[in-house]
Amino acid sequence: MDRIPILKMGDCLLVTIQVDMHDQLAVSLQEDLTDQIAKHAARGVLIDISSLEIVDSFIGRMLANIAAMSRVLDAQTVLTGMQPAVAITLVELGMTLPGIRTALNVERGMELLRGYIQKDDELQENDGSEE
Amino acid sequence: MVLKSDVHPIVGSDDVVRVRQVARQWAAELKFSLVDQTKLVTATSELARNTLEHGKGGRMRVELVENGARRGIRLTFEDEGPGIANIELALRDGYTTGSGLGLGLSGSKRLMNEFDIKSETGRGTTVTVTRWK
Repeated sequence: MDRIPILKMGDCLLVTIQVDMHDQLAVSLQEDLTDQIAKHAARGVLIDISSLEIVDSFIGRMLANIAAMSRVLDAQTVLTGMQPAVAITLVELGMTLPGIRTALNVERGMELLRGYIQKDDELQENDGSEE
Repeated sequence: MVLKSDVHPIVGSDDVVRVRQVARQWAAELKFSLVDQTKLVTATSELARNTLEHGKGGRMRVELVENGARRGIRLTFEDEGPGIANIELALRDGYTTGSGLGLGLSGSKRLMNEFDIKSETGRGTTVTVTRWK
């Protein structure tokens, strides 16, 4: 069965969804990503959906799940490149993807991710000094 | 008036992808705007998944329809599944009997211009939606 490739860039994972996903492919992406986060101790996940022509409630839920699972595994998620027509449709459908951070493109998404990871590190350092 | 019509089976997860592509193709042929195409294809995806998961499979009829000067695409999703006991409840945002978010029916209704649902317990469900150009 085909899989969506996951690329490692430093302490981040990069996923570009370029195919019209059937539901099983979306489910296996969830599993593969969580495996890879744990395996590489990744701190950030960037998911680029600029090639996706639709995001329905199933894919939307999958994206929300990935963000939640990553957070539990100590990684931040940023979703990038959503097409305007997809955003309009998604909101009308009733999904506003609360809890998912977004950026307009991969470059800005990486910046955002870097910022979050840095803030996280500072918080942890501060926690440590109090003890 | 129906100008053109076609029927596609929905029996597996791949068919959901296939009927999405059919809807996209018909919408593009009719020169729907990108936003309208996206709305139609997204609603198709939601309704086809319902046919597959709740209706245990069925089919989608796609029609090019004309009403005076207006043209549009009408989609009919039919299954012979268990049917919906309480349609009013099923149309409510967030109501689900499956594992989803309960946005499929209510969301599709918002994405389309016309929406009609008929269901009989034990006999099946038919959802008809139209998007005008």
